[in-house]
Amino acid sequence: MKKFKKVMSLLLVAAMISLVGCGNSNGSAETGSAETGSAETGSTDDAAGTESDASLAASDGATFKIGAIGPATGGAAVYGIAVQNGADLAIKEINEAGGINGMLIEYNFQDDECDNEKSVNAYNTLKDWGMQMLVGTTTSGCCIAVAAESSNDNMFQITPSGSSVDIINNTDNVYQVCFTDPNQGVGAAQYIGENAVAENVAVIYDSSDVYSSGIYEKFVQEAANQPFEIVSAEAFTADNKTDFSVQLQKAKDAGAELVFLPIYYTEASLILTQANAMDYAPKFFGCDGLDGILNVENFDTALAEGVMLLTPFAADAEDEATKSFVSAYVAAYGETPNQFAADAYDAVYILKAAIEKSGATPSDSVSDICEKLKGAMSEITVDGLTGEAMSWDADGAVNKAPKAMEIVNGNYSLIQ
Amino acid sequence: MKKLKLSKTLKDNILTYGMVILAYIIMQILIGTGNVSSLMQGLLVPLCVYVILAVSLNLTVGILGELSLGHAGFMCVGAFTGAFFSKCMQDVISIDLLRFILAIIIGAVAAGIIGLLIGMPVLRLRGDYLAIVTLAFGEIIKNIINVLYIGKDNNGFHFSLKDSLSLGLDEGGTVIINGAQGITGTPKDSTFTMGVILIIITLIIVLNLIHSRDGRAIMSIRDNLIAAESIGINITKYKLMAFSISAALAGVAGVLYAHNLSSLMATPKNFGYNMSIMILVFVVLGGIGNMRGSIISAVILTLLPELLRGLSNYRMLIYSIILIAMMLFNWSPKLIQLREKYSLKRLFKKTREVQ
Repeated sequence: MKKFKKVMSLLLVAAMISLVGCGNSNGSAETGSAETGSAETGSTDDAAGTESDASLAASDGATFKIGAIGPATGGAAVYGIAVQNGADLAIKEINEAGGINGMLIEYNFQDDECDNEKSVNAYNTLKDWGMQMLVGTTTSGCCIAVAAESSNDNMFQITPSGSSVDIINNTDNVYQVCFTDPNQGVGAAQYIGENAVAENVAVIYDSSDVYSSGIYEKFVQEAANQPFEIVSAEAFTADNKTDFSVQLQKAKDAGAELVFLPIYYTEASLILTQANAMDYAPKFFGCDGLDGILNVENFDTALAEGVMLLTPFAADAEDEATKSFVSAYVAAYGETPNQFAADAYDAVYILKAAIEKSGATPSDSVSDICEKLKGAMSEITVDGLTGEAMSWDADGAVNKAPKAMEIVNGNYSLIQ
Repeated sequence: MKKLKLSKTLKDNILTYGMVILAYIIMQILIGTGNVSSLMQGLLVPLCVYVILAVSLNLTVGILGELSLGHAGFMCVGAFTGAFFSKCMQDVISIDLLRFILAIIIGAVAAGIIGLLIGMPVLRLRGDYLAIVTLAFGEIIKNIINVLYIGKDNNGFHFSLKDSLSLGLDEGGTVIINGAQGITGTPKDSTFTMGVILIIITLIIVLNLIHSRDGRAIMSIRDNLIAAESIGINITKYKLMAFSISAALAGVAGVLYAHNLSSLMATPKNFGYNMSIMILVFVVLGGIGNMRGSIISAVILTLLPELLRGLSNYRMLIYSIILIAMMLFNWSPKLIQLREKYSLKRLFKKTREVQ
């Protein structure tokens, strides 16, 4: 009997492996098509090949190769997948409309598990694939590591959501679509001060997160120049982010009328729920990480009523571009896009604008493309989902107006 | 007879060193002829890091016979002290190699001292206490570094456990360790050659220790503590020796790791519990007490997730299935029997005796 069990378990493992083996071919076929923008793109590729032979012949039928990196597995997978899909959608649209200057785009997304080392591996994989421009990486920490590599290779890089200043500080080939953390912190402090939202402010932030602590520091610095006072500043870390009663109690005892939350929405939803449970109802104010709070499962959105946030993108906005993006995204991927998807979508269109401006072609070397695009980036202005008339400094930071939103009746509404 | 035995150990060691050197030469030739993808080139230094970690943990687990679940913690200590030194001395010592070697020594010493401090109380006990304490240590060190802020200006160093603002730096002062944001801008000094040299140094230290008088004393403690004690072996001393050497070597791996990436952060991903377990998996899979096996399994298991990238989202699933299959293949008693029965029986016998 024992022997039988052992033989069976062995057989099972063997079967699993062979199954996986079978799965491989399917899997790689699937992913292969997904990476290059699904079968549709493939067919448009062919169609374009036959239709516009002339234009393709002129460019030797070459395609731009755009790579993207983000966490597709692990705890931060939500953001990586959003970036993957957002960029994918934009590239599909561009390819269907005939490409950039008649040249189509090939797209490849690599998983980095939100790990610096894996991120560099992903970058090298994309380099082997022949990447010419990088949309990535999604998270700040990884982006610093990858930016150092891309700067060595002089590879043009535009990050949808890597917001740390260290990304653009030592490099001149990296551009951002989102605000830098300091900008967000300063912007939030100025907004609260200028509009006299509150006098006593409490802050709850994630000290183990680059994004959160980056905003917090600049917020505190700027608060010194503003007519409000920070009465309590409490941190939590990634290891204990489920119970916030201590931090909230301190804010309550200090008499804070406003709690500033430079954190992501999952923790923020817990904070709102716990504050409600202890009958503490200050005003809550957050940054772009709070975007998505209305979609948290089992969260009573009534609690989010009156929450103010600085975010570049709201899925329920009424303008035409956002509406068509959201409906296309929902149709393609079955979920409402968040800010990361919009940032990635914009990033691809910014690349397109820069390529059109500079006249870069796929036959240029990676370094030449980078030089051309760097020249173009300071000249272009792009109207995107996450900001109107976006322009860029030479160091790579974006200039756009921050938008302040307030949640009213379960919807984001723009505060003028 | 005695002479023959000695030469067998020697042969075995030569095989281990030779394998590393051969791999190095092959890789160098391939790089020289341009046959290596940039992914592979980027992986070379991490491979060296994991090989050193696996070999050093094998010293604790395989030779000393104690379970350590905080090896990534020692790596973390080495990484941060080494990177801190390099960052501070970037302008002072302009010779990269010299600075890097000093950083390695400092990282090793720091990790070794921490290993000594942890080992001193814990290794006097019998049982699984080392596993418990090192598990906690790994988590604690990660959290400490996440709240540690160190800055430098003309007045010297400033420390804080709150945030970088409370450092009170002068104009022109720089924050070196910025809490959770770690150290950014570490000079990229790690090279494959340096990594291989460090692997060989690690092997020389570990293999010579095993085959020395001290090493036999350590192994006697593993095999029978009471018997070892009865013949007058100072148990705590030898336990501490093996454990702190293992910690110091992990520190070396940490320094190598820190100088390979320009941003160093203590995240659960790179210095957390999972990484410690990962290193333990290298050791168990490669064979407890078998250094050559550790090297091979560390290389294979580090390469595997990257080579499976073509499978996109399925790769972590397949990776784990392959891991289970490999564990069964290596360690299932029935399979070992089968292998002995049907495969190159004589070859197996030979290597068995050596071990």
